[in-house]
Amino acid sequence: MIPMSDQYEQYEAIVVGAGPGGAAAAAKLADEGIETLVLERGVKAGAKNVSGGLLYAEDSAPYAIDNLYPQIRLEATERPITEYYIQNVAGSTVKEYDLTRLHEHDTRWSDAVLRRKMDSWLAERVHERTRETGGGLLSGIKVNGLLREDGEIVGVTCDEIDPIRAEFIVAADGVNSELARDAGLMNWEDPEQWFQGVKATVEAPNVNDRFDIGPQEGVAHLFSGDLFDGVRGGGFCYTNVDTLSIGAVFHLDSLVESAAEPHELLNALLEHPVCSQWIDDPYREVEYAAKLVPDSKKVAHPDPQSDRLVLVGDAAGQMQAQGPIIKGMNHAVTAGALAGEAFAGAKRRGEPESAGERYVERLYESGTMAKLRPKRYERVRPIAERERATEVVDRLLESPIGRFGVRALDATGLLKRLYSSPFMSMSIPDTQTPYVTLPTVIAETLGEPVSDDTTVDPPSLEQRIGELTYDTDIGNPHIELLDNSVEASGAAVTACPVSASEFGGGCYREETIASNGSTKDVVSLDTQPCIECGTCAVVADTAWEHPSGGRGVEFRQG
Amino acid sequence: MHSIVLTKGVPDFREGQVSFDEDGHLERGKTPTVMNPNDEHALQAALQTKVRHGGRVSVMSMGPPGYGDVLQEAMESVYADDLYLLSDRELAAADTWATAIALSTGIEKLGLPDLVFAGFKTADGETGHTGPQTCWALDIPMITHVTGLSVDKDERRVRARRLVEGDVAEIETVEAPLPACIVVDSEFESDYRTAGEHLALKDLRETTVERAAEYDQHLTTWDHTDLNLDPDYIGLDGSPTIVSSVDPIPKPPAEREATMVDPGDAEAMGELFDEMAALSGGA
Repeated sequence: MIPMSDQYEQYEAIVVGAGPGGAAAAAKLADEGIETLVLERGVKAGAKNVSGGLLYAEDSAPYAIDNLYPQIRLEATERPITEYYIQNVAGSTVKEYDLTRLHEHDTRWSDAVLRRKMDSWLAERVHERTRETGGGLLSGIKVNGLLREDGEIVGVTCDEIDPIRAEFIVAADGVNSELARDAGLMNWEDPEQWFQGVKATVEAPNVNDRFDIGPQEGVAHLFSGDLFDGVRGGGFCYTNVDTLSIGAVFHLDSLVESAAEPHELLNALLEHPVCSQWIDDPYREVEYAAKLVPDSKKVAHPDPQSDRLVLVGDAAGQMQAQGPIIKGMNHAVTAGALAGEAFAGAKRRGEPESAGERYVERLYESGTMAKLRPKRYERVRPIAERERATEVVDRLLESPIGRFGVRALDATGLLKRLYSSPFMSMSIPDTQTPYVTLPTVIAETLGEPVSDDTTVDPPSLEQRIGELTYDTDIGNPHIELLDNSVEASGAAVTACPVSASEFGGGCYREETIASNGSTKDVVSLDTQPCIECGTCAVVADTAWEHPSGGRGVEFRQG
Repeated sequence: MHSIVLTKGVPDFREGQVSFDEDGHLERGKTPTVMNPNDEHALQAALQTKVRHGGRVSVMSMGPPGYGDVLQEAMESVYADDLYLLSDRELAAADTWATAIALSTGIEKLGLPDLVFAGFKTADGETGHTGPQTCWALDIPMITHVTGLSVDKDERRVRARRLVEGDVAEIETVEAPLPACIVVDSEFESDYRTAGEHLALKDLRETTVERAAEYDQHLTTWDHTDLNLDPDYIGLDGSPTIVSSVDPIPKPPAEREATMVDPGDAEAMGELFDEMAALSGGA
């Protein structure tokens, strides 16, 4: 009834997603006086965000978050990470290496963060700064696609409001970016290109005593070896102000092959003495969370732009995970700021349409792309990731000769130096060898037994789901199962972090249906417990969208 | 655009709040006063007009000085700019007619706005008269049962969608010139379809939180002398309606039969399920 104007609303720039990447883009755009609208689908910024989470500021990067939001470390992060270790685990023996030197390489600072707190802090500042330009930040609004005119991208469409035109669109809408998919730039098909992270935020009122650190100090432990039933991946434990972020990140293809349950693998870490020694008794979990993580080596888009659209952060696959180096948010910040800068410059020159190309040029010039897609990895990959080669190396490592070699390397200090080498970590292949075999052999050969009295009794998956906050859009499921055969979609039953075989309260389950005298196993889906990680979009045959603005899961920690 | 929203404080009839004596009469003293729930829709309609077209929203009520809280609540939900309370002994115990005389005089003193909004019926009197009678006294067009609204500021016209419930419910779209009076239906839905409107709402919310905390700074109280009203035409003396008696409606006695079932008794539970299956309508 309300007469709709024939003209769509228009802003100079639209930023989709109010995470660190979106916040960085908005800051640069607003500081250049560009009218910037920021749209966030969470009920509050941070409500949809999960990270491990260490946030880095790199010496070599053109931007870090504190260049754009100077108060952030004082007001919104948890603790600076001042010690960094890797624990190689084999059974109950553990060999620790101090990786603080590697951690500090190219690092101006690195803080543990919880995303709900940090992102909502950022969002307030984003709103203040963008409001001055005539824009502002709106949460609870879901951008669901691109507005096109004559085939060209000219704006965005939303669930809650009318389409909006813009001269520049920054898709900072995360790992499952619907805009990146709509633009044909990214897809979620190959499990080899993705990781899945699962995390528990754990109460830890005595962090300082347990880790023997001061209030302005923090510790990061990485875990590798035979913790995860042979699934390729690693664990982490980071100190927050009064909680711990304990989690694990797995290669999605490995998770699918092993039909492993992510929540059980997380429990294996929590219950292992190498980790439980840091946990208070009784165990109290604040939040269970999970997220899909792009492997930038494989999916960082080499040209993440199209017409007026640019992709930044996870949306562009800009998540660097190479051995013990795990960096995502910092690259999103750099990319966001470069995108904002590119548009401001292009507009000044009177050629706003060149912003996308300029952004990509700057990604390469600034060295960001070289970190995301290291040449060294590309060179090593064809040899190192061949199955035969992996097998030979693994057998060799496990043989007496390999063990002797490991011992010799350790005795000369070379092993520690290799672990601490940023050069080495850039070329770590994605195989069993560095994630499982080598750490296991190291721990078996050099490790010492670890024991701990703490009994960690993690909640059941049902309890974990029950503790999460949801605003379910009843009768309007956001994921549709296109093929319910076990062959096409059965992998989701185990790989989905809120589903499990023999568990009826999750998203995916296997059912036997009887028809015409025969029975058939099928997969069924109930999106109510969905935590929107996107795993099933990769491993099952689905039509996958996010819920509408403000609906679905609401993380309180992230 | 200037809008005036009429609101009334009513007993809080929600369970746990309302209090009745042994005879079933409402105990006013023990029951808190809240803003009439239907007025919320009038406030939302006024807010939509302000968000879309800018301008000012005033909220007006007639009642005892304690109505300040009600006006504060109204201010918060509509992000109102100023509040008006018509209050003194001479105005008390008015019926809808005498109330309409007082309200329309207050509105004229403030200056006739572009739109006057009223909710449909109060939760206590339930007559639904006050809005239309006030409108009649102001001698401006009136649209009732409004569920959706748009204003053409340049043409100075209002277009409204109204719900007409006869044998079948119909939706009728009507237009009127400004100034006009809008009686808002409880089915009214605000409609914000642009980012600009959402941003304006967010701005209003931020500024109103502070303003509502010190709402009395924005509250003007008028008595009958301020309004130049003759006591014979207002309050109890000016009310032609006489309530002869109020009879409580007796609660109907429960007529359902109850059968106790022990959940531990498998046989009895089985029978219960069999009985329920017949009612479930499905398999």
